[in-house]
Amino acid sequence: MNNPTKLRLFCLTCMPLIEFTDKGLYCEKGGFFIDPWRPVDKAVITHAHADHSRWGMKKYLAHHLSIPVMKLRLGKINTTGMNYGECKRVNGVQLSLHPAGHILGSAQVKVEYKGEIWVISGDYKLIDDKISTPFEPVKCHTLVTESTFGLPVYKWKPQAEVFAEMNQWWRENKEKGLASVILGYSLGKAQRILCSIDSSIGNILLHGAIHNSNLALRECGLQFPKTELITKTTEKEKYRGSLIIAPPSAFGSAWMNKLKPYKVATASGWMTIRGARRRRNVDRGFILSDHADWDELNQAVKLSKAERVYVTHGYTGIFSNWLREQGYDAHPVTTEYEGELSEIGEGASREKESE
Amino acid sequence: MKEFGILISALDGTTKTTEKISAMSSFLQKSSSEDKLWFVALLSGKRPKRPIKTTLLRQWAAEMAKLPLWLLEESYHVVGDLAETVALILPNATKSSDKSLDARMQDLQSLKELKEEEVKNYITTAWSEMNKNERFVFNKLITGGFRVGVSHKLIVKALAEHLGEEENIVSHRLMGDWSPLNTTFEKLLVEADEKENLSRPYPFYLAYPLENEPESLGEVNEWQFEYKWDGIRGQLIHRNGEIYIWSRGEELITERFPELEGLKEILPYDCVIDGEIMAFKDGKPLTFNHLQTRIGRKKISKKILTDSPVVLVAYDLLEEKGDDLRTTPMESRRIKLESVISQTKSPVLLISEKIEPRSWKEAAIIRESSREVLSEGLMLKRKTSNYKVGRRRGDWWKWKVDPMSIDAVMIYAMRGHGRRANLYSDYTFAVWKGEELVPFAKAYSGLTDKEMQAVDRFVKKNTLDRFGPVRSVKPELVFEIGFEGIAPSTRHKSGIALRFPRILRQRFDKKPDEANTLEDLNSILEAYIS
Repeated sequence: MNNPTKLRLFCLTCMPLIEFTDKGLYCEKGGFFIDPWRPVDKAVITHAHADHSRWGMKKYLAHHLSIPVMKLRLGKINTTGMNYGECKRVNGVQLSLHPAGHILGSAQVKVEYKGEIWVISGDYKLIDDKISTPFEPVKCHTLVTESTFGLPVYKWKPQAEVFAEMNQWWRENKEKGLASVILGYSLGKAQRILCSIDSSIGNILLHGAIHNSNLALRECGLQFPKTELITKTTEKEKYRGSLIIAPPSAFGSAWMNKLKPYKVATASGWMTIRGARRRRNVDRGFILSDHADWDELNQAVKLSKAERVYVTHGYTGIFSNWLREQGYDAHPVTTEYEGELSEIGEGASREKESE
Repeated sequence: MKEFGILISALDGTTKTTEKISAMSSFLQKSSSEDKLWFVALLSGKRPKRPIKTTLLRQWAAEMAKLPLWLLEESYHVVGDLAETVALILPNATKSSDKSLDARMQDLQSLKELKEEEVKNYITTAWSEMNKNERFVFNKLITGGFRVGVSHKLIVKALAEHLGEEENIVSHRLMGDWSPLNTTFEKLLVEADEKENLSRPYPFYLAYPLENEPESLGEVNEWQFEYKWDGIRGQLIHRNGEIYIWSRGEELITERFPELEGLKEILPYDCVIDGEIMAFKDGKPLTFNHLQTRIGRKKISKKILTDSPVVLVAYDLLEEKGDDLRTTPMESRRIKLESVISQTKSPVLLISEKIEPRSWKEAAIIRESSREVLSEGLMLKRKTSNYKVGRRRGDWWKWKVDPMSIDAVMIYAMRGHGRRANLYSDYTFAVWKGEELVPFAKAYSGLTDKEMQAVDRFVKKNTLDRFGPVRSVKPELVFEIGFEGIAPSTRHKSGIALRFPRILRQRFDKKPDEANTLEDLNSILEAYIS
């Protein structure tokens, strides 16, 4: 590890490479923002989820696999696509994207200037979900990490076990003549379930929001098992015994009412906690997340070899205290990513769905 | 223990009564008598005393998980349940175990005789033999009750089905002073001889609040009217010359009310009286905070006896000379009750006076003024009604006065527990004292889930400071706080203690500076106690 005094001197003498501003993370040298939450000229986007990829930027730079979904959600926007590992130079600043393993096209943003390296990890997970390019650690001096599940109570089971439970649940419901509704983010979670569920059990039907995401993702070359879009003319008989994937916002809606009789499950990391599960009032909670759990967060920090860590959205205070005890120069940072809101596990329900 | 673990997660995983019953039936069918007895005891809150301090559990769990204690505490604040937190942070099991529930419970009982190091060894070994769900259940066996949304009624229903017995009989057998350590499933529920247990109380009959217009109840003269008193509902049992007093929570509280013990000498014959224990002096009831000084206190000092003496206000007669009267009509039970009371002639055994309004209109007027006699409203009992088991609609209604209310500003919020874990659901409210906001009440009920989520979002966005699980927030939201009673208090900064404070509604139409003042609260207090 470098001498910390030296590092501090360095900070006193010049502006940090990345600043935390009220519009978002800003690199003054390169003249760009990363995942800004207010309109700016140049935005580098880690991934296509609504809280990271927002309206109103003049130019968007993102991994080329993120762009179809961004366009689906944001309409006509000015975009530039990049590959993982490809490097762009602006004003002596080198900018590159590296796999974050969160959803298709998700990236960690690496910013380098005169040998100083920052990595903004966006949202990420370390395990391979078979859809997004698996996470690759990037060495840096300063890491900006999320902390959505930055508490030691959050530890995911192997995903194969979760999908085995899901298959079992679907089979049991099918035997009783019930529909099985699984609620999950329309971008990421829904496709992950689609690609790993045992599609030989029965028919799979989709909510419009998920169907639309899938259309955009097919453009990126993603393959899905056979599915059917639920429309006004879908026959009621079709629902019995089938698996239906819908966004969390569909829960309790008139749209859901038509699917009766059904059993409903939520697939989310928040389902770890009994209280959150009971509050959602679903029949079943599957613990399945596209975010890093406690062990993965710690591993990611370790692998980055960073000395300084800024902790954004999630349990920022707690996770940075913990990192400080482990010898890191760690600080919580306030951003407008979903962190605090999704802390209670209800953030997902506020996901804006484009029909 | 595996079967019990499966039962608990099944109960926890559904809100449907039929599924809960079927989970319990399947457990009862598969389990030994010993395990069945523990099931009944644990789910009806008859858990033996906690064998280990939770501080030790926290230490050992943190140590085993290789985490600092503060991080476990922070996790606990978020999860809202210690047993669950510990189950989640521990490393995965390395072995498995086939111990029965009974064997585990026996083990836990014997821990008291062991040295701390041995206890630690037992607990940590047990943890390493269990998956998360089993661990959660095991920790709950140590730390506290299972709140899995199973009412006593539901347990009774499942047991009645299992035993092929009537629910009322099962319910009665489960009453009273038994412990899983001194009985068996068969003795308690199968061979049970009702006469054998002299102290056994009857299940209480409870009223629902009146929801419709009282006129919908029919003729006014079909009903018996009494004041609704705010004391401790209790059952006085006089059998074979002994006396036992039970609270509605099925706690034996005889010793706390020595005033009433003397009744065993003067009651004319064996009987069981349902009534309200009230602080009472100079022919008048005292406010509830007098009674509060006597709750939870085993030793009653002379001062308390003089300052806050109690009486039993009798409502009903459930047993007379060994005969169960519960199936005779209210009207005739009342005549028998009056007779017992008048024969006893004791200043500590009063009768709940009948009120006889000639019309519903007159009843409404009496109800409106019930606070003047420190009552909470009226009780309506159908003259022909039997004494039923548990809370039932139809024959008994409570018709309470509207609560007193005040508009207050929310200043602190705390995360809740159980269903409200990780959600800011418990709030502290303040009123103005000049430029300052003085906290005067905490309330955590009255909002719907949706409203609570909106407030939760406000809290997270408007936090000023954090103290563990508590956040101070921008004083911006105004709520109307309702309460049933008010009393002076030296323990609160505001100098005021409220009875049953709760949120009536959010005042979206009011700005924080339009909330009430401490002076307003004081004038309510004066009007109330004068």
